[in-house]
Amino acid sequence: MAASDANAVPAVTMRARAIEYIGKRHRFHVWEALPWILIAAAYFVFPDRMTFGTQVLIAIMFALSLDLILGYAGIVTLGHAAFFGVGAYTVALLTARLNWGEPVTSLIIATLISAAAGFISGWFLLRYRGLTLLMLTLATAILLQEAGNYRSDITGGYDGVPGMEIWKLFGVFENDLYGRTYYIYIAVLLFLVFLVVRRIVYSPFGAALTGIRENVRRMHAIGSPVHRRLVAAYTIAAGIAGMAGALFAQSTAYTTLGVFDFESSAKVMVMLILGGTGRLYGAFAGATIYMLLEDHLAKLSPEFWQFGIGLLLVLAVLFARRGLLGLIEDIGIYFKTGGKS
Amino acid sequence: MRTVKWLGCAALGLVLATGARAENVKIGIMLPFSGVNADLGDANIKAMDLYIKLHAKDIAPHTIEVVKRDEGPPSGANAKTVATELITNDKVKLIAGVVFSPSAIAIAPVITQAKMPLLISNAGTAWITTLSPYIARFSFSMWHDAYPMGTYAANTLKCKTAAMGYTDFPPGKDSTEAFKTGFEKAGGKIVDAIPMGNPAQVPDMTPFFQRVKDAKPDCFYVFIPSGNHASAVVKTYGELGMRKAGVKLIGPKDVVPDTKLQDMGDAAIGTIVMSNYAADFDNAQNKAFVKAWHETYGANSYPDFMSAAAWDTMAAVFHVVKTLNGKLDDPDKVMATLKGWTTNGPRGKVSIDPATRDVVNDERALEVIRKPDGKLGTKTLGSISQVKDQCKELKIGRCGTP
Repeated sequence: MAASDANAVPAVTMRARAIEYIGKRHRFHVWEALPWILIAAAYFVFPDRMTFGTQVLIAIMFALSLDLILGYAGIVTLGHAAFFGVGAYTVALLTARLNWGEPVTSLIIATLISAAAGFISGWFLLRYRGLTLLMLTLATAILLQEAGNYRSDITGGYDGVPGMEIWKLFGVFENDLYGRTYYIYIAVLLFLVFLVVRRIVYSPFGAALTGIRENVRRMHAIGSPVHRRLVAAYTIAAGIAGMAGALFAQSTAYTTLGVFDFESSAKVMVMLILGGTGRLYGAFAGATIYMLLEDHLAKLSPEFWQFGIGLLLVLAVLFARRGLLGLIEDIGIYFKTGGKS
Repeated sequence: MRTVKWLGCAALGLVLATGARAENVKIGIMLPFSGVNADLGDANIKAMDLYIKLHAKDIAPHTIEVVKRDEGPPSGANAKTVATELITNDKVKLIAGVVFSPSAIAIAPVITQAKMPLLISNAGTAWITTLSPYIARFSFSMWHDAYPMGTYAANTLKCKTAAMGYTDFPPGKDSTEAFKTGFEKAGGKIVDAIPMGNPAQVPDMTPFFQRVKDAKPDCFYVFIPSGNHASAVVKTYGELGMRKAGVKLIGPKDVVPDTKLQDMGDAAIGTIVMSNYAADFDNAQNKAFVKAWHETYGANSYPDFMSAAAWDTMAAVFHVVKTLNGKLDDPDKVMATLKGWTTNGPRGKVSIDPATRDVVNDERALEVIRKPDGKLGTKTLGSISQVKDQCKELKIGRCGTP
């Protein structure tokens, strides 16, 4: 839709159309139930694979948090693992050092502390953009990792936090060997987090974030408090990433400084790009496909499975730059327009 | 037709009489097969595959089915998922392998919960075996090399003072702690301990080594994660002329790995390490092992200490299958069979201490020499027989908690 078209339509009609468009976007669609049906179905179809399932759900939550800042606010970061790590370590240190292993409260504390870490680092770092920001976020994760290594008497360093003991969920449900309890627990949390994120991105605040992504100067010009908006989004994303990290630490009852690795920051970004950024469900598609592929290829060929992942990435970059969901959208448009566009 | 029936009955009777129903024993192997550390998994799996190939007939009529899974990155992030799936999905009878200590630590709770015997073929953090009654270790603890090296440096090499340099991660701290304990007990004095960067990249060693050279200790104990770090250590040591300055380079076997030794040149000659294995070991088992290795993997491929440990690990698996007649359903029986198990492998006499489930083996002080054929090799200066993990013997730190 070109700008000249818009100018031809009266302002009132424009406004009505805009309201309709935004309202339509916000409404739940039938297809949106699909990922949730799949998540529920997986529980019944693959009861023996729930440990893997929990890891997939955690990856989805982590990718979703990145989508909020990368996909919507356009903040490019290579240090998102920092918050995942802060969440994981909060849970780990609470149980190992303070003997507090209650899952729900430690999850809340971990989320809050990660959000605080996001707020503090975001306040300083989000004055920068592009490459500078990329390097600074990367440095944040490395700094946290080195701090953990420096005080390995507390953190256990790269060997992992010793003596973690996660209590039963609500004092009743044990984390069984098959991981079924935690699958349900994490699936429910993921759903709640998703509702929050969905609400955020379709709110005026979310629209402002998209505006910042598309054109910062114009947002400044219309008087939008850009820095404050970015910090707010960054804080929320950090909190969600921290929650994913906390769930990781709880479900595996284990964490090491490896969670701060550059690889995990990069991996979550790859997942998101594979699925499609700025589309909410991109995180679901990308994380699931990445994890499934990794798992299957690693079983098929323990030595060369990374080749398969690499190939997929190359194909995605060549033929589906907007990710898998972008590709599906393109195909949908192609058929709607009868192949004319 | 009748004859066939009779023959069938006879065969059936024979099988029933001997009572040997052929069992197919499914075992899981977890090793790093991908990423920068894939060569570590390679050194392990080559030895295991070789053992299975050469000894398959020993356990007839039973067979072994191997499920190989990627252990993942050194952080151990993947390990728990993989171990759980081997247990719940593949339904293996035991798990062997594990290179990185974090992986072993991460899966210990699952191992205990599922009562799944875990036979460790590398991971060396001393206190791992205290984490679960179902863990047995066939490789070494960091203290196996480092503690006797401390004693040896003070008593035999006559070093009064020593400096320590280590890569700043848990095994480095563990190893230097062990050396220090042994050295100080024997009357030596540590003058300096220098952290030398992280394991992910090889730092410029010059400033660290210069600091040591200026301090003029008699011995310089270095711990690094083998591989390319080792090459840098020996190179810098040679360039700074530290041997002429009277500083002896000593360390665990990682300083002069068989895989890197030939490229190190004259600077390596005279380095003294404490080790449980070198490809040059002069015993019949090792000669056969190295020969079979060369025949299968080529003349330029050498086994190292990891391969030797992996070989012994697989020997233990076979011992269990043989002893229990292929019925590995009772994990407690499997562990009981492993406790006190003794073998004569490439490393010489190796056994599992029934009390700690950790390995007991001979340690040898080796000096790097140039062999008559022009290649670099090692000469055994002395050996200490049947060394136990001193961290657990002396109950130091987390090794003291059962």
